Amino acid sequence: MVRELLSGNQAVAEAVRLARAQVIAAYPITPQTTIIERLAELVGSGELEADYITVESEHSAMAACVAASLAGARTFTATSSQGLLLMHELLHWTSGQRTPVVMANVNRAVAPPWNIWADHSDSMAQRDTGWIQMYAETNQEALDATLFAYRVAEDRSVMLPAMVMEDAFLLSHTYMPVEVPEASDVDAYLPAYDPPRRLEPGEMQLFGSFSPPDLAYMEFRRDIARAMEDAHAKMAEAAKRFERVFGRRFPGPLEEYRTDGADVVLIASGSIAATARDAVDELRRSGLKAGLVRLFVFRPFPTDEIRRIAERFPLIGVVDRAYSSGSGGPLATESKAAIMGMRDPPRVESFIAGLGGRDVRPEDLVAIVRRMVKGGGDHEQWVGLKGVT
Amino acid sequence: MTLPPTELVEPGHVACQGCGAALSMRLLLKGLGPNAMLVVPACCWAVIPGSMPGTCLGVPTVFSPFEATAAMASGVKAALRRRGREDVHVVGFAGDGGTADIGIQALSGAAERGEDIIYVCYDNEAYMNTGIQRSGATPPGAWTNTTVGQLQKTTMKKDMPAIMAAHGIPYVATLNPSFPEDFVAKAQKAARIRGMRYLHILADCPTGWKHDPSLMVKVGRLATQSNVWPLYEVEDGRWRLTRVPQKPVPVPEYLREQGRFSDLSPEAVASIQAAVDMKWEELKRRAAAVREVPRSDAIAEVRR
Repeated sequence: MVRELLSGNQAVAEAVRLARAQVIAAYPITPQTTIIERLAELVGSGELEADYITVESEHSAMAACVAASLAGARTFTATSSQGLLLMHELLHWTSGQRTPVVMANVNRAVAPPWNIWADHSDSMAQRDTGWIQMYAETNQEALDATLFAYRVAEDRSVMLPAMVMEDAFLLSHTYMPVEVPEASDVDAYLPAYDPPRRLEPGEMQLFGSFSPPDLAYMEFRRDIARAMEDAHAKMAEAAKRFERVFGRRFPGPLEEYRTDGADVVLIASGSIAATARDAVDELRRSGLKAGLVRLFVFRPFPTDEIRRIAERFPLIGVVDRAYSSGSGGPLATESKAAIMGMRDPPRVESFIAGLGGRDVRPEDLVAIVRRMVKGGGDHEQWVGLKGVT
Repeated sequence: MTLPPTELVEPGHVACQGCGAALSMRLLLKGLGPNAMLVVPACCWAVIPGSMPGTCLGVPTVFSPFEATAAMASGVKAALRRRGREDVHVVGFAGDGGTADIGIQALSGAAERGEDIIYVCYDNEAYMNTGIQRSGATPPGAWTNTTVGQLQKTTMKKDMPAIMAAHGIPYVATLNPSFPEDFVAKAQKAARIRGMRYLHILADCPTGWKHDPSLMVKVGRLATQSNVWPLYEVEDGRWRLTRVPQKPVPVPEYLREQGRFSDLSPEAVASIQAAVDMKWEELKRRAAAVREVPRSDAIAEVRR
C-alpha cells in the first residue's frame, strides 16, 4: 500500500489500472479529461495492457464498451455532463444487454447556460437507465468505489453496469492523500472478468434480437429489476470483502455522522456531505443536536435504510445538488417516497443547493438547519440564490 | 469461378420474397466464411433472422443501436484482440439509413481510426423496414412515403463509396448480388485485407421499389448494365472498374421496371440519364488515373 497525493481523476485512473481494464473507449470532456489522458499514458507505456479506442463521441464510447463487454473484455469509460446525456440511449443498451461496464462520471452542470462546475443533474437524469450509481465524497472513495464497482457489476447475479460519480473540480481536480492498494490485493479482490456468456466465433448466437410482446421483453425487464434488488445484498458482501482484503473501511449505502441522539439530520451526497460534516460539528458545538446521513449509493435506492433513518429522526433536511424540473430535488423526492406509509413520519424539508458549482459553505448548511429547527416548511427551498432571500 | 458451397444463411428467415438484402447476406457470408461476426443495427436485417431465440444466421450476431454499428464493431474487435482472436472478421452490416444518415458519424470515426473491421452497407435506397421513407441514399426521381410534395426526391443520392474512399481506407467496393461472382470475389478480397474495409451493396427491395419480387435479379442486372450502379473497387486509393458494359443499357429501361419511378416526366428521365452518364465518365477518369494515395494506416506500417 502506497500513500500518494492524487486528484480525484488520478485516483480513478489508478483504480482502472489496478482493475486491469482491457478495453477503454473514451471521448474527452472537461473536467473528465485528466482521467482519460492518464489512461492513454498508462496504455502507451504498457503499464496497462488494454486497447484504447479513441472514439469520435460519447455515444460511440459507450457503444464500443457494450460491444467489447459482450465479447468478453473488462471495459471502462469516463464522461461528464453533456457527454453523459449524449450516452443516454446507450446507457439503456448497456443494462439491457447485461454488460457490466464501469464508468466514472464527473458530475457537472448541464447547459445552457454553459457551466463546467459541480452539479448532479447529469447523473440524476440517468436514474432510470438500469445503472448502479455511487457518489464519492473523497478521492479515496473515487478509487475504492471504482474497484468495488467492478466487483459488484460483474457478480453473476448482478451483471449490470455501474457508475462512479465524483464532483467536478471539488474532487476531480483537488489533491488529497489517497492509499493506493497493491496490485496483488486488487487481483485477489477482482478475479478476471468471466461472463456467463459472451460472443464466441463460430457459434450461432444472437444478442439483443427482437422480442414481440408475448415473448420475453417483460421478463427481461423483470430480470433486470431482480438483479438491481440482488445488488443490495451483493454490495454488502463486496464491502465486507473489500475491508478484509484492503484493511480499509468501505461505506454502506448510507453512512451516519454524529447522529447519536440527534434532533435533526441532513441527508446529502457527494462533496456537499463533506461540507455538511463541518456544519454538523459547528451545530454540535453550539449545542444543537444535529447529524448527517451521507448517501453513497443512489441506485439501487436504499429504501429500507432511509425508512430506518426516518423512524429515528423527527426532522430531516435533504440537500440536493440537482433539480428535477417540475418535481424537485431528486434525492428529497425519492426519500419522501421511501417513507410513504409510515405511521409517524418525520418532517422532511428539501433544499436545492450548489447548482452549477455555486459554493456551498458550512455556514449555509448551519443556517438551513437552524431554520428547520425553528419551523420551516416542506416545500423545496433554494439555498444561496444571489439577490434573493 | 464457382461460388463457395458454404451456406451460412439457413432457410426459414423472414425476409420478403425477392429480398436483395437476404441474397446479399448469403453471398457475403459465402465470401467471408464461418469466421465472421456480425453487428447489425435497426434495419431489415434486425428482423430477418427471426425473433429470439431462433436465428437463420450461422455466425454470431449482436444487435446495435441505429447509429452505433461501426462503434460496436470497433468494440467487438478490440475485445477479440485482447483475447488473441485476430482471425475473426468483425462485420458491421447496416442499411442505407443506418449508414448514410444516422450512422455516418460512427462510421467516419471508425474509418479515421483505421479500425480493422469490414463495414457493409446494403443499400435499398430508403428506410424500408419502417415503411419506405426517403433516406440520404434515395436517388433523385424516386418516390417514397416522405418525399413530400412532388412525391419524387429532387436532391442527389449521397455518394457513400466516394465518401469512404476519401477517408483513405485500404479497400472500398461496390457490389451487386445480381453479379454473384464479382460480389463474392470482392467479399473474399475484403477478407484478405487488414484495416477498414467498406462494401456498398445495391440491395433491391421489391416492396419499396414496386415491382414483382420475381424480377429482383433482373432489376439488379439492369442497374449495373445501365451504369446506374457501376461495379468498381478502390484499393489503396487506386480506382478500378470491375465490370464495364460494352454497350450500356439506356437508364429508362432500368427505371421502367419499377413503380417508384413511374411518375417521372420525360425531362426528369433525361436529367437522370445525364447525371448517370456524368458520374460514369467521372468514374472512368478516376479509374484511368493511376496514382498513389496515402493510406490511413501508412504511418503505422512505417513505424512497424
